[in-house]
Amino acid sequence: MKNEYIPQLSPIREVIKHTELEYTFRMGYTGEVKPGQFFEISLPKYGEAPISVSGIGKDTIDFTIRRVGRVTNEIFENYVGDSLFIRGPYGNGFELDAFRGKAIVVVAGGTGLSPVKGVVDHFARHMEECRSCTLIAGFKSPDDVLFKDDFAFWKEKMQVILTVDRAPENYEGAVGMVTKYIPELCLKDPETAVFICVGPPAMMKFSVMEIQKLGIKDRQIWISNERKMCCGLGKCGHCRMGSTYVCLDGPVFNYEEGKNLID
Amino acid sequence: MLMGYRLSKAQAEKVFQILSGKYDILAPVRMKGDGCFADTDVIRYGKVTSPDEIVWDRRSDYSYKEALLPVNETLFYFTENNTAVPEEMKKEQLVFLRSCDLHGVRRMDEIYLRNGYEDFYYRRRRERTKFVLMGCETTCGSGFCVSMGTNKAEEYDVYIKVDKEYVYVDCPCQELEAYVEKAGGTPQRVVPDHVTENKEKVTLPKNLSNESFTREIWKEYGARCIGCGRCNFVCPTCTCFTMQDIIYKDNGKAGERRRVWASCQVDGYTDMAGGISFRKEQGDRFRFKVMHKIYDHEKRFGYPMCVGCGRCDDICPEYISYSNCVNRLAKEEEQ
Repeated sequence: MKNEYIPQLSPIREVIKHTELEYTFRMGYTGEVKPGQFFEISLPKYGEAPISVSGIGKDTIDFTIRRVGRVTNEIFENYVGDSLFIRGPYGNGFELDAFRGKAIVVVAGGTGLSPVKGVVDHFARHMEECRSCTLIAGFKSPDDVLFKDDFAFWKEKMQVILTVDRAPENYEGAVGMVTKYIPELCLKDPETAVFICVGPPAMMKFSVMEIQKLGIKDRQIWISNERKMCCGLGKCGHCRMGSTYVCLDGPVFNYEEGKNLID
Repeated sequence: MLMGYRLSKAQAEKVFQILSGKYDILAPVRMKGDGCFADTDVIRYGKVTSPDEIVWDRRSDYSYKEALLPVNETLFYFTENNTAVPEEMKKEQLVFLRSCDLHGVRRMDEIYLRNGYEDFYYRRRRERTKFVLMGCETTCGSGFCVSMGTNKAEEYDVYIKVDKEYVYVDCPCQELEAYVEKAGGTPQRVVPDHVTENKEKVTLPKNLSNESFTREIWKEYGARCIGCGRCNFVCPTCTCFTMQDIIYKDNGKAGERRRVWASCQVDGYTDMAGGISFRKEQGDRFRFKVMHKIYDHEKRFGYPMCVGCGRCDDICPEYISYSNCVNRLAKEEEQ
């Protein structure tokens, strides 16, 4: 019987520094994995943390890690030429079939872009598989913008609104919360639209309200919930919301179901 | 037709001794002076080698669950790049418990064997565990097993009852029956004692829904609850844990990863890196626990989580009665 708690050593192939606090670690990995799934990443001594897959390569997977806790702090200090322990993938992830042939709108806040980035990447490379694709991504300030190279590529392929909450006066890009840009979307045919909304709890709440105002039905909206998870296996209990285990049944939920989840 | 045996005290003593070679016998024992208050004892699980060490006349303060899910359990040892899983326990275990707790085993199995992935550590313990049912001739003070339908249990390996002169056993487990037979037990029909009425009676609310999550009653309990988590730790159906890494003092490169019992009532249960947390109010945590026991678990698995042992009511330092809370919810519904 497989012991799911034992992590595997995975080599760090590349480190992409986005900001002082956020790096992407490209790790050696072969196996099935879907965007929106997560791994438990650990450094023995410091513990484990659930991290979303932010990119999928031929024999690599990316984890975009923000330096905010005990485990992630240590990963930033101790990665050079090294490996990390990983186990996964866990969770349901995004089913690309739910978005094929649709007018896709992705609304992401901060590191919330990570779990959905695989979906954006896929359709950026295969625009013929969808009707259209729009990305509204918000960050706190110009210094907090992640995936700058990817944004350059996406802008060639799809409509991208990259906005920051606050910026110096001479800043040339869009400023304001993502919720400011949702009402400005021109949806030719709201019935064929699908929305993916991922970010901090407050951002998701207000973004979904704006999306609903466009006449979008709950079943056309997808969210991904971030919760504390010690196991990722449906055991430790920390991620439970009512009768739902976010690690098993999520973290991706159709809003028809997601709206009924209570912490 | 259930068969069984009657043993003399001496014969039973002998069986215990023989069994102790193969099994760790875990049963409720009195731990003198370890109670919550000065000069009080606590009844909790420990290893025994004789029926005399077992507390037969009252329900244990803590449940049997540490036999399957230790308070802290090493998952693996690590050095720099290697991990090693601790060896399996050497002996099998015989766990003495009452009907409410035996129903609790089903809840533990639900989470650790069936909900998502199978748990390696739980499974290997579970496979080496047999259960010995202790009957209840009379009801305990705070239990409400009859209300929960957990007053009668059938899935035991052995049933045992002790009176002044004799020990009576029923042994559906053939392996264990052989020991009893060999000790010279006299065949006789033995049927487990079970209670048919408790002092406490609980009516489960029938129409709970998401709206029940926002009731005023939760705030009231939140004002009383101090978030100590004792109710979770005595509960035979609470199964949460938190991961913990420790490093050895004299070798900073080696250590172990453990899981440790966790409580949804205690600060930090939902804390994520970056400062986000949920259920900051104590009332929300109380609601989270109670609704799990009587609503959320049933919604997922088809039967209520609570087995009605009543331990949480006895252990609460604020004298909060969970059973009364459930009855109040049911009453509120009628209005």
